[in-house]
Amino acid sequence: MASFCRLTSAITELVHDGDTVALEGFTHLIPFAAGHEIIRQGRRDLTLIRMTPDLLYDQMIGSGCARKLLFSWGGNPGVGSLHRFRDAVEHEWPGPLEIEEHSHAAMANAYAAGAAGLPCAMLRGYTGVDLPAVNSNIRFVECPFSGERLACVPAHRPDVAIIHAQKADGAGDVLLEGIVGVQKEAVLAAKRSLVTVEEVVDDLGARSPNAVVLPSWAITAIAVAPGGARPSYAHGYYGRDNSFYVAWDEIARDRQRFRTWMQANVLDIQA
Amino acid sequence: MSYTATEMMTVAAARALRDDDVCFVGIGLPSAACNLARLTHAPAVTLIYESGTIGARPTALPLSIGDGELCETALTTVSVPEMFRYWLQGRRITVGFLSGAQVDRYGNLNSTVIGPYAKPKVRLPGAGGATEIATSCGRVFIVMQHNPRAFVEKLDFMTTLGHGRSGRERRAAGITTQGPVLLVTDLCVMQPDAETREFAVTSLHPGVKREQVRNNTGWDVRFAAEVDETEEPTAHELEVLRDLNARTARAHTGA
Repeated sequence: MASFCRLTSAITELVHDGDTVALEGFTHLIPFAAGHEIIRQGRRDLTLIRMTPDLLYDQMIGSGCARKLLFSWGGNPGVGSLHRFRDAVEHEWPGPLEIEEHSHAAMANAYAAGAAGLPCAMLRGYTGVDLPAVNSNIRFVECPFSGERLACVPAHRPDVAIIHAQKADGAGDVLLEGIVGVQKEAVLAAKRSLVTVEEVVDDLGARSPNAVVLPSWAITAIAVAPGGARPSYAHGYYGRDNSFYVAWDEIARDRQRFRTWMQANVLDIQA
Repeated sequence: MSYTATEMMTVAAARALRDDDVCFVGIGLPSAACNLARLTHAPAVTLIYESGTIGARPTALPLSIGDGELCETALTTVSVPEMFRYWLQGRRITVGFLSGAQVDRYGNLNSTVIGPYAKPKVRLPGAGGATEIATSCGRVFIVMQHNPRAFVEKLDFMTTLGHGRSGRERRAAGITTQGPVLLVTDLCVMQPDAETREFAVTSLHPGVKREQVRNNTGWDVRFAAEVDETEEPTAHELEVLRDLNARTARAHTGA
């Protein structure tokens, strides 16, 4: 059964230096509050996994939390570059960042394989491109039935997955709605999981029988974090702060301005 | 009605989509073109964003591929693994609409790095969905601003396969989808030669001279035997596009 705890103690207990951590959320429901708590607690040498390392991973990389990044698209959607990510890759600031780069299709398949308890994922992909030449974890196998050459990548099996969801009930069952991304797969692929939620309710309420619900027994811990996905969004609660995504471009461009912003808006804030 | 080169590009790209297309939409220029098509001549076109939204009908252009309005207006929203496995890899998408930082004469795209991979001059966002969009969709349309930094003799990195480095690799690899069949820029429309698969200019936008295209292309660009003049944007197309851009600006500034 999932245990309810404060965000601070959840991060202390579940995320350790050197862990492989996946904070997922495909544009929607990005677990910013949890990522900020990881930064405040000064975690180091993390291997971060995420399909779309957007502002949250820019902040974590710029704050020196990460040793390695597995990803498939590292930009500020619709705006441009992630300047802290770029600075780490181009100039090793604040330290070197090892990268393992994939395509979205491979990352999505790698999470699904992890959730399914398989060692690897197969897909029809990576044909004729340069990514396999720079990533030795992209390999090819022959289908034993048809002989077709298929791409193969290791399953994602993070030490801990962290996602944000709309709500949990008192028993710790969690409901996700809207763009659900790879969050369910990330939780099921991970050894440990933390779900931050907008609120805890008595009953999850009227919903389709096919709604995405993670049962309490599939989750390690739940922490209440209202607004915990801002500046991304929580369908049914608040919208995406697109103007902040645009503003981040200027904040993150300069190292000192980035540090000043992080101090005032993350480090000096209590979870 | 007067219009800008970017408006001409968006309109020309939009015209390539048909009502019966199921289109995987890249963010930026592709998204503008696809939604313009939906709001003008192709109201039934199905727009799919990689966030899982199938049949999205946004009133403003999304800033990201996962803005809330895509989900709110979609016929259905599926998980990201389902999107890439069942819908894209399952060959249910007729058109992939892409852009990139660099394109070469065979429609191969780079969105990964400028400079060497291990020590990049500019680290770009990376592949995202593009690598498999380009091989799994029935055909690929590319829309890009035309300049010599983007239209290059040799890509710094091949993120996305067009017709291959010599124009033959795609077919040699046994890929049965068509690949890039259309390249729309702010100067012209280009299409691949049936034999060599090299892109050649098939239509110049009104007022654009061949010299301009040559000066803005990093390879010795070819022109088709017959080069048309692109039909200029109609008043209706411009009105719909400008309304869409105005709604988008309001939506993104929160005004």
